[in-house]
Amino acid sequence: MKKVLTTPISYDQIKDLKIGDTVYLTGYLSTCRDSGHRRVVQEGILPTKVDLKEGAIFHAGPIVGKDENGKQYMVSVGPTTSRRMESAEADFIEKTGVRLVIGKGGMMEKTTEACKKFGAIHCAFPGGCAVVAAQEVEELVDVEWMDFGMPEALWIMKVKEFGPLIVSIDTQGNNLFENNKKIFKERFDNLIK
Amino acid sequence: MDEAKKQQWIKTVQDFTAMTGIYLPDDVEAQLHHLAEVEKIENAKTMYNCMLEDISLAKKLHRPLCQDTGVLQYFVEVGTKFPYLDEIEDVIVTAARKATLETPLRPNVVEPLAEHNTGDNTGYGAPYIEYELVPGGTDLRLRMYMAGGGCSLPGRSKVLMPLEGVEGIKKFVYQTILDWGANACPPLCLGIGLGTCAATSAMLSKKALLRPIGTHSKYEKVAKLEDEIRDGLNSLGIAPLGFGGSNTVLSVNIEAAAHHPATLGVGITTGCWATRRGEMIIHEDLSFEILSHKKSLEV
Repeated sequence: MKKVLTTPISYDQIKDLKIGDTVYLTGYLSTCRDSGHRRVVQEGILPTKVDLKEGAIFHAGPIVGKDENGKQYMVSVGPTTSRRMESAEADFIEKTGVRLVIGKGGMMEKTTEACKKFGAIHCAFPGGCAVVAAQEVEELVDVEWMDFGMPEALWIMKVKEFGPLIVSIDTQGNNLFENNKKIFKERFDNLIK
Repeated sequence: MDEAKKQQWIKTVQDFTAMTGIYLPDDVEAQLHHLAEVEKIENAKTMYNCMLEDISLAKKLHRPLCQDTGVLQYFVEVGTKFPYLDEIEDVIVTAARKATLETPLRPNVVEPLAEHNTGDNTGYGAPYIEYELVPGGTDLRLRMYMAGGGCSLPGRSKVLMPLEGVEGIKKFVYQTILDWGANACPPLCLGIGLGTCAATSAMLSKKALLRPIGTHSKYEKVAKLEDEIRDGLNSLGIAPLGFGGSNTVLSVNIEAAAHHPATLGVGITTGCWATRRGEMIIHEDLSFEILSHKKSLEV
């Protein structure tokens, strides 16, 4: 059976999840990447059209199109490399109270600590699968910070069973991609011996 | 040239650009299916299934299969007898702009060291266009590549000491993919260039990436190295997407040039599982053939 998280995401919904688990998200999801993180963390400005407390963000820069009635819709919206946001994510989690960070690949030590301390998780959506993701967006609700341009703006979406999301950092301080790195490094050491 | 004829030519290149963002080239799609079939790890199979679903949804809905449609790069090999040499640049830039706005592709291009997005993927040096002349030829061979952010990040170039030899090349490549491969959406298409300096090695690595999967270097020793590096990287098991599985790469291609005996330049360029490249031939009467996407065009 599909494990589905629903916004607002209580700590109870995520506390027992373990790295490698597959979950889905129903509710509100906002894109936020490099410039959005800079705005929240360095400039101390929070988005006004969505409350990220117990919410979810998606490291992604979409292609947004307009239908025949002029209404905007998600054409293609896959995840971007989460590691780029590592230097800002811990502060971002603390400042916003976000519970679920979705992106591509893993994040590192500071984010892992913040997830444990503030009760959040990081999940990876399969990179490149942008039309699959767009089809799970029920509605493009709103947008702010358009001054950054289309990829970097904060797009607020309503999603239904958005996933698969693979838990990469859980609330207990475990980190899937950092564990994998050790495995790959061992194989590398054998290879160049 | 005749304006109506020029508009038709722009449309040809615009459609070719859109096609490259929506459909994978035949060789990449076939190899991805192959890796999905041989994958044994359950979680990895789930990832491959998601990729294959994405490919088929993109075809069905006629949308870019990945939202990062990259910076548009065009590689022109043109015969010196091709009749419209003066128009090539304008046709490509206009086609890139129209493809961006009308497909739509993601407008990625920002001004140097600024956040200002130009809105249509054009700007100084964008789209990127490279030219090669073919003496006496009458055709234009046009190849294009969408350079995404994630898959461009592992790219690097380094000049080794010749005594480091083949083992030095391997170590540099393995280390680069170990450090950066997981985030570049593996299984990867890997292009390696071997030359004299950092710049020419990097350019050769791009040329290698543009070569179809399954083609080999004409130099026997280099062709053998392609297979050895492919097997070495696959033993790391980084794909799919860094979750870990039975492989790491879709392909390893090497372009090697005769070089200075005192240097061993190595360039690396990576493409993701959704390596989007296209190839077409435009004849002197502006009729054309698509070479890279024969299978997808049949559908």
